[in-house]
Amino acid sequence: MDAMLTELSRACRLTRAAEDSDAVLGVTPRYVASPADAGEAGALMRVASGNDLAVVPRGLGTKLGWGTPPTRCDLVIDTSRLDKVVEHAAGDLITRVQAGVSLDRLAETAAGAHQQLSLDPPPGCPSTGTIGGVLATGVAGPRRWRYGTPRDLVIGLTLVRADGTIARSGGKVVKNVAGYDLGKLFAGSYGTLGLIVDAVMRLHPQPAAVSYAVTQRDDAQALSEAVAAVAGSELAATAIEVDRESRDGPVRIAVLLEGDPSGIAERSRLLAKLLGEGTRTGPEAPDWWGRSGPATAPGTTLVRFAFWAAALPRAFAAIDAAGHAAGVDPVITGSAATGVLYGLLGPEADPAAAAAFVSGVRAAIAAGELDAHLPGVPHQSLPPSQASAVVLTSPPEVRRSLDPWGPVPGLALMHAVKDQFDPGHIMAPGRFAGGI
Amino acid sequence: MVEDLIPEMVAICGPDAVVTDPLELRTYECDGLTAHRCAPGLVVLPETAKEIAAVVRVCARAGIPFIARGSGTGLSGGALPRTDGVLIVTSRMRKIIAIDPVSQRAIVEPGVTNLSVSTAARPFGYFYAPDPSSQVVCSVGGNVAENSGGAHCLKHGFTVHHVTGLQVVTPAGDLVWLGDGTGAAPGYDLLGAFTGSEGTLGIVTKIIVKLTKIPQLITCLLAAFQTTGAGGAAVSAIIGAGIVPAAIEMMDALAIEAAEMAVACHYPQGAGAVLVVELDGPTADVLADLAKVRALCEQSGATEIRQADDPDERAAIWAGRKSAFAAVGRISPAYIVQDGVVPRSSLGSVLDEIARLSAACGIRVANVFHAGDGNLHPLVLYDDASPEATAAAEELSGAILDLCIAHGGSITGEHGVGVDKSKYMPKMFADTDLDTMQLLRCAFDPVGLCNPGKVFPTPRLCGEVPGARRAPHPLVASGQVDQF
Ligand SMILES: Cc1cc2nc3c(=O)[nH]c(=O)nc-3n(C[C@H](O)[C@H](O)[C@H](O)COP(=O)(O)OP(=O)(O)OC[C@H]3O[C@@H](n4cnc5c(N)ncnc54)[C@H](O)[C@@H]3O)c2cc1C
Repeated sequence: MDAMLTELSRACRLTRAAEDSDAVLGVTPRYVASPADAGEAGALMRVASGNDLAVVPRGLGTKLGWGTPPTRCDLVIDTSRLDKVVEHAAGDLITRVQAGVSLDRLAETAAGAHQQLSLDPPPGCPSTGTIGGVLATGVAGPRRWRYGTPRDLVIGLTLVRADGTIARSGGKVVKNVAGYDLGKLFAGSYGTLGLIVDAVMRLHPQPAAVSYAVTQRDDAQALSEAVAAVAGSELAATAIEVDRESRDGPVRIAVLLEGDPSGIAERSRLLAKLLGEGTRTGPEAPDWWGRSGPATAPGTTLVRFAFWAAALPRAFAAIDAAGHAAGVDPVITGSAATGVLYGLLGPEADPAAAAAFVSGVRAAIAAGELDAHLPGVPHQSLPPSQASAVVLTSPPEVRRSLDPWGPVPGLALMHAVKDQFDPGHIMAPGRFAGGI
Repeated sequence: MVEDLIPEMVAICGPDAVVTDPLELRTYECDGLTAHRCAPGLVVLPETAKEIAAVVRVCARAGIPFIARGSGTGLSGGALPRTDGVLIVTSRMRKIIAIDPVSQRAIVEPGVTNLSVSTAARPFGYFYAPDPSSQVVCSVGGNVAENSGGAHCLKHGFTVHHVTGLQVVTPAGDLVWLGDGTGAAPGYDLLGAFTGSEGTLGIVTKIIVKLTKIPQLITCLLAAFQTTGAGGAAVSAIIGAGIVPAAIEMMDALAIEAAEMAVACHYPQGAGAVLVVELDGPTADVLADLAKVRALCEQSGATEIRQADDPDERAAIWAGRKSAFAAVGRISPAYIVQDGVVPRSSLGSVLDEIARLSAACGIRVANVFHAGDGNLHPLVLYDDASPEATAAAEELSGAILDLCIAHGGSITGEHGVGVDKSKYMPKMFADTDLDTMQLLRCAFDPVGLCNPGKVFPTPRLCGEVPGARRAPHPLVASGQVDQF
């Protein structure tokens, strides 16, 4: 047995030699370790940092195909044994769970007290991933309009640093401003700052009733007006989603209402009136609801566009122009009211065309076409760019011909943060923006 | 020496924006926590982000500490100046740069007061949700630094949930943006990590905030109980029923008595506790929840329930609650405003224990607090003419924090750590936790010039190897840096 494996096994009993199936975006590690607790995870990281082993944390592996491939990977730390729901304080609407707990498990636990972790996927959609993975990638679905993204729901964190130090931030009360909030920093960090061991998450009551209103519009302009009308109404929607199968087709809109049954009945009626003729309402989500989530089938190119909501019609225009020029016709879906859309291209799409499409949208962003357009406001009063196009996952050929992350403002500070937390650059090196 | 910087500061900000007169400097010697005082070496009142960047660059080059100050309403001494430092005050930066109702965003300068954002957004049907009680005066820059909350953050969230972009001057004097206003910018969430960092990571020069639609209906209800325990049970019942009110506030008998004397709010006589429950949202939902809340209060033993049906009645209910802090000043020469958090489910037992502690040392404690999220504001009443009474009050105040920690809570829910509570940080966090937080500080401010001495008790110097500290750090020994 190789000496390193012996040393790693001393730190963590369940350590084995890696197999081809353990590869992270084509990079095969040498070892896979499954720590049973924070102590084993810390010991593993001490061995890793002492021997300059590059480490990639892994949950259920559903988002391992996201981000960029690691520049090197020696050790995969698999969180599947960190699977305990440590605490569910129903009266306080919080739960503390280890990183490897799946969203399904968490949902089941919370449901016992008629509570939920208000991250999608919503009822009816297959849920995926572990809490550690969801935090590390910062993914959120339709209900981000109301509840935000994982960073908005994490209130406490236990992490293992690259050097094996175990540290905590936050706590288990929702209202707490003691110390820096490392939960925010780690949310969306793709494992590049350290290993998430457990997290305390804020829960919400399950709604007593839900209702969806579904309708469609012929073009992006009409769609934008409808979305703005709902977002600007007093109807307190939980999610406002749009979906378009192809450039020449109509755009579908679905609005989710949650709340008291009598309130929902009244609001559904008002919403149907607001959206006009042909609006259907009912308790079932349309089949396309939140489909950017499960859409990570191999070979898919999934691009996330973010912009100020007022730029919605211009975002569609830029996406369509770029798609047309590149000869692709992506499905467009997402949370229009929050200014987040996803572009989806199936495995059959030509990688060069997919890359050209993304570059096309980025060129429009660079030209300011997706900017906030605030009359009279000087550009130095605004962020340098107010929109982004990030390739969340794609076939390797697409990734190779463009930077999946695109331009990232504030990169110098991000490098400084990385250098502090992981001076040896052993945590998921190269997985993140700017080569981090 | 900080005085040596005067000519450069004048060149950057103009002569009328640099304060050097000792008497005038003293007006900046403390924030809302007047127990800590220190006159600043120098005060500058810049008008633009570029000026702040230039001021910070000068300080960084000269190795002079600098501290940001907004409106000075902070309650933890976060904006406490230093005699050897420059205080950078944002009170001349009060422009609301843009209101974008379609994107539901506003862009403001850091000195803009919290309430004026809502005032500017109101014609469009929006408001700025985080609403600290100091909202008429406190600045949005200060709110970002403290991650401020307010009575309505139970439903609407804290400052960090409503900020999508920050322009900041880094401690090196660079002007950078964190976040792009979308809420989905690629890269690390430095915006989230910066919010609540109490002015230790840089100076905020512009803020992009989310605006929230004004609810269709806002209504509120006042329920009186015989004891705080019964009131606490009602809170648990409401939350347990899956209702998320906009606010649930509680006052105990002493606080009610003080408020009555101050503003004649006519809360039910003889009540041991009152709850103010506010509900907002679409009319039908609010009315349905209101009926449930009423019923739950009754089941928990409410002795009287009043309901506000219009804005005037609502204001009348809130009058007592809003006056409470100031009112307590009338029944006691001095008082300490404590800010601790306990899990909501421990409210009852913690209040009982506070009562026991208070009785044991003969010091009165009035409780006014955000019951919905377990954020206690015990007001410890004492006579500041007596040093012994002062010491005893401080001891009791500290014992209350110990209680919060023992129940799995926090030493601060919204007022921040500042200078006031840095000594309690090691009770809540291990050394390794604090050292890890310090890494973020080192990334932003490696030389430790930006609001030093706040939040963390004697932090490690950046680059210092963890482990027992046997000798002073070489940089300290050689006199190159101070250890704060
Ligand atoms: C009567 C009263 C009621 C209050 N009620 C509440 C409440 O309900 N909820 C609540 O959360 N707080 C409350 N507070 C506390 C206080 O008002 C808040 O903390 C507020 O956010 C401070 O804002 P400020 O502009 O006064 O900041 P200051 O007191 O001037 O500064 C506070 C901190 O922010 C830093 N800072 C200020 N401006 C900047 C900037 N531009 N960039 C970086 N750092 C900066 C300072 O260095 C300091 O550390 C109350 C205070 C009072 C006096």
